[in-house]
Amino acid sequence: MDYLDGNMLAGALREIFTVDVTTAQARCAGCGRTGMVAQTRVYEHAAGLVARCPGCDGVLIRLVRAPDRAYLDLHGTSFLEMPMP
Amino acid sequence: MARAAILRRLSWQAASIAEIREETDTARTFVLDVAGWEGHTAGQHVDLRLTADNGYSAQRSYSIASAPADDRLEVTVQRVPDGEVSGYLVDAAQPGDMVELRGPVGGYFTWDPEELDPVLLVAGGSGIVPLMSMIRARGALHSRVPFRLIYSTRGPGAAIYADELRRRVRDDRGLDVAYAYTREVPEGWPRPAGRLDAALLTAAGWPADLRPAAFVCGPTGFVEAVADLLVAQGNDPSRVKTERFGPTGG
Repeated sequence: MDYLDGNMLAGALREIFTVDVTTAQARCAGCGRTGMVAQTRVYEHAAGLVARCPGCDGVLIRLVRAPDRAYLDLHGTSFLEMPMP
Repeated sequence: MARAAILRRLSWQAASIAEIREETDTARTFVLDVAGWEGHTAGQHVDLRLTADNGYSAQRSYSIASAPADDRLEVTVQRVPDGEVSGYLVDAAQPGDMVELRGPVGGYFTWDPEELDPVLLVAGGSGIVPLMSMIRARGALHSRVPFRLIYSTRGPGAAIYADELRRRVRDDRGLDVAYAYTREVPEGWPRPAGRLDAALLTAAGWPADLRPAAFVCGPTGFVEAVADLLVAQGNDPSRVKTERFGPTGG
């Protein structure tokens, strides 16, 4: 299945966060690789978006937006480091 | 990042189509009026959402084509086969129609005019759009940062913004444009039709020693092939930024 860049998560994440999470460094809880969220591989599934580690293919972020809520699963990400003013 | 200021959360807002321009047989530019638009950084995108009368909605990300200095927001959309959003926009949308918009977003695939390193832009098909925003931003700022664009399209007729690029090569100092035609070439064209390869990247790009900032945008396969070639030529992978729009980008 074809994937897109983590860059395309920017809009969906900016609905939740006030900073641009796509420029954050994310550490993969599976393999320990650290890279920018914008460089993850994003797969669109019917109900949501799944960002996978380009190193080990582990799921870093899973985001499902329902009409009245969002589900954000980050258990595959051990930390996020983002630029802050 | 220069733009790490704390912002508001974003939500969907209404945008009206003020004007539509035909770019090629399959691509149109939409000039959008958005209340309270506060500008963008070249390379960013917006998400557009269409909702049918029965409540079904579909959304896609589209790169911004206009320069940050321009008064109005423009996006260029290429119709993709079976694309439910691009198909509507390119074939049916009319001036005065409303769409929902979320953005501008994305701080990764952006050009900061304060960075003075030479820039290499490599576009595959409608991957030209965010790169055109950078070229227009550079022009609006009278920037002297050297830019080289290598633009891969099926043939001359498929090239979006071809007239403007020709004019800018003449008027914007320090901008060079090279084409890689993959299917059909104009008469007398020196290079046979074919994919963008290492030889053309060498001839029309920058030596890796200059540490250019490279931006590569296009279909997934194109982007990966070009990024691999650039890294093989000695470019630091962290200096090669990519944006794939993939066949699902419709």
